[in-house]
Amino acid sequence: MTSQARTAERGVLKPPSTVVRSSSKGGMHRRRMVGDVVTHVFLSVMAVLWLVPIVWVLMESFNKNTSPFQTTFFPTKYTFDNYVKLFTDTSVMNFKAMFMRTLVIAIFVCIITLFFVLCVGFVMSRLRFRQRRAFMNVALILGMFPGIMAVAAIYFILKAAGLTGAPAQVTVALVIVYSAGSGVGFYVMKGFMDTIPISLDEAALLDGCTRAGVFRRIILPITKPMMVYTALVGFLTPWLDFVMAKYIARTQDSYTVSLGLWQMLQKEYIAQWYARFAAGAVIISIPIAVLFIVMQRFYQTSMSGSVKG
Amino acid sequence: MTQTAMAVPGRDTRRTAQPRSGRADPSRYSLGAAFAHGDALTRASALVMGLGNIARRQYVKGAMFLVGEVAFVVLLLTRGLTSLKGLLHLGPVTKGGQQWDANGNFVNVNPTNSVQVLLYGVVWVFLVAAFVVMWAAAVRSAYKAQVLTKERGQAPSIASDVKDLADDRLYAPLLSLPTLGVVVITIIPLVFMILLAFTDYDKNHPVAFNWVGLQNFATVFSRAGSTAIGVNLGIFMRVLAWTLVWAFFATFLNFFLGMFMAMVILRPGTRLKNMWRAFFAMSIAVPQFVSLLAISQMLQPQGIVNQMLKNWGLIETSMPFFTNAWWARATVIIVNLWIGIPFTIMQVTGILQNVPGELYEAAKIDGASWWQTYRKITMPFIFFVMTPYLIVTFTNNINNFNVIYLLSLGEPTKVGSSAGQTDLLITWLYKLTADQGNFNIGAVIGILTFVVLAVVALITYRNSGSYRNEEGFR
Repeated sequence: MTSQARTAERGVLKPPSTVVRSSSKGGMHRRRMVGDVVTHVFLSVMAVLWLVPIVWVLMESFNKNTSPFQTTFFPTKYTFDNYVKLFTDTSVMNFKAMFMRTLVIAIFVCIITLFFVLCVGFVMSRLRFRQRRAFMNVALILGMFPGIMAVAAIYFILKAAGLTGAPAQVTVALVIVYSAGSGVGFYVMKGFMDTIPISLDEAALLDGCTRAGVFRRIILPITKPMMVYTALVGFLTPWLDFVMAKYIARTQDSYTVSLGLWQMLQKEYIAQWYARFAAGAVIISIPIAVLFIVMQRFYQTSMSGSVKG
Repeated sequence: MTQTAMAVPGRDTRRTAQPRSGRADPSRYSLGAAFAHGDALTRASALVMGLGNIARRQYVKGAMFLVGEVAFVVLLLTRGLTSLKGLLHLGPVTKGGQQWDANGNFVNVNPTNSVQVLLYGVVWVFLVAAFVVMWAAAVRSAYKAQVLTKERGQAPSIASDVKDLADDRLYAPLLSLPTLGVVVITIIPLVFMILLAFTDYDKNHPVAFNWVGLQNFATVFSRAGSTAIGVNLGIFMRVLAWTLVWAFFATFLNFFLGMFMAMVILRPGTRLKNMWRAFFAMSIAVPQFVSLLAISQMLQPQGIVNQMLKNWGLIETSMPFFTNAWWARATVIIVNLWIGIPFTIMQVTGILQNVPGELYEAAKIDGASWWQTYRKITMPFIFFVMTPYLIVTFTNNINNFNVIYLLSLGEPTKVGSSAGQTDLLITWLYKLTADQGNFNIGAVIGILTFVVLAVVALITYRNSGSYRNEEGFR
């Protein structure tokens, strides 16, 4: 993130500054009123367009008629059954197990990602060594390439390591896939640590602290908001990813939540699972939305600088 | 700095937190120096690793080098050589099936698993590289022990070496695990995929395959191409063109329309600004694949949108959102607006609230019109801040797998083509490998995507201030 962008983020916290008001020439009043009306109509239409899919999924999740072919936009009869069945009816598709599996993966990915990003971020921000620039360049280039590009090869490696058979093995495999490469995503963390004054380090080093001590006693405590952000990014990855999981989890008993939801819309399932898809979508969207908002909050807090005052 | 200035032996007293430049000084104990000035023991360490260390009473360190070398050599002789040799032809047996064996019996021969042979070969190449790094470290360490013994009477003890790892060489322990992870899950797979482009690993050779040189590139770049796989120059150019067109529209349409809406909300006359922003922000919080799947369902031929339009008597037959090529292309771009515009609104709002107020006051005093102010102050400011971001968004859109795959699946597809009309390079690659089993052509497409991305990436980062001037604001 450039320093300008960072200043821009900081600006969010400030009260809005003025955007020039149009000059007060004669006859402007009426024109402005027309402008206001047009503006509000336009925004209303747009807001409806933006909210319709969300509201539709929400309503559909309470639909008593579970078939995919509807004739009315909103359901005619409402029920809570879809939510209950989603978690209790495990005969065809065990959504509950998928949910728990994704939760376990998310917790591990969260921890490993946080650890890796903190280590690499600190090294790149505070330590100088040969090949540092080379490391950073390689990380930049690698960060550009999405995992899907080599997903087939990743699958072969996991297979050679015996991690593609039983559901438990696939779970481990997915943890590895989501977290092992997370070290290259250190740039935001490094940017944050760069804003911590170097004089703090120098003072500690003069007092006889080792660099490991500087990391643990000085950098880590200040980095807390950024740590929350990084941890949440890691935690959300398995919930939001679809494509890597699809290639690596081959059987339904090793699916994650996103694969399960996708499966519900396939030909063989859609007739029974259409409304339950909507219910599942709502169930996982709400916590993710909350975490996402928390994450943004912490991101903005961290972007407003590391050391206050 | 002289050696005598050191207060504590074995410890670097230069306690400034960082050298001024981003670069560390070249080491005194380089490989070249070791061979030029090293004594017999140091040079012998190049053959028997750890010898120099043990001779200088660094027993633990020396033993670690020695054990490492012995373990590597044993493994290389028992496993490694076979694996490396396998790389030549991707296996001793390349063809399976029922064959006559040497005794004249008709037997079933399992074909070589070439994927495994290739994978083990690649892993061994990396292991050899890792050994070379360790070897260099051993020689340099032996030389360092020699020099320090001469200068101070003794080489650093294991305790001070460990202490060093927590201090001046802290980068080594901190970087080791993340680097290992990246090598295993990112770099080895990339190398493996690149190598597949030079083999005939397709649906006709699903198990045993061999090197074919540049043949796959020739297939992709020839007019005739391969009808069995469904790829030729025309199809490739079409997908490439659509990928670039898509990335262009997905980036700039989102940007300009998002900016427009942000300005509309920021207009002085607009009431309830936060409410409008919250409405648009809701779509950011919903997981992307959920909203994409839901919208995809709504737009199906039998989906709710077509149903409603029919109910209201607006249309007779369903609108071909994903069944007609041009409709499908327009649909994915428009749905992507739904995904992308809220992000732009958030960003532009943040940026605009940060434009220095004096600029606008000065413009007002000079009697500038609203349009002049907008064109001369607002726009340049937004562009100044957003340009790096826009280029990154562009590269991300080239790889925007989710929007295409979850919305249109790349459909509709013409007969005889492996790529649909809305397929991007990345979804095409995925289809070729995951669905069709033509890994070789998929790998070629991957390499070509790599080239496109690398060009954009280089331009991006070379020109962005944060890269060129990393420590500028300190």
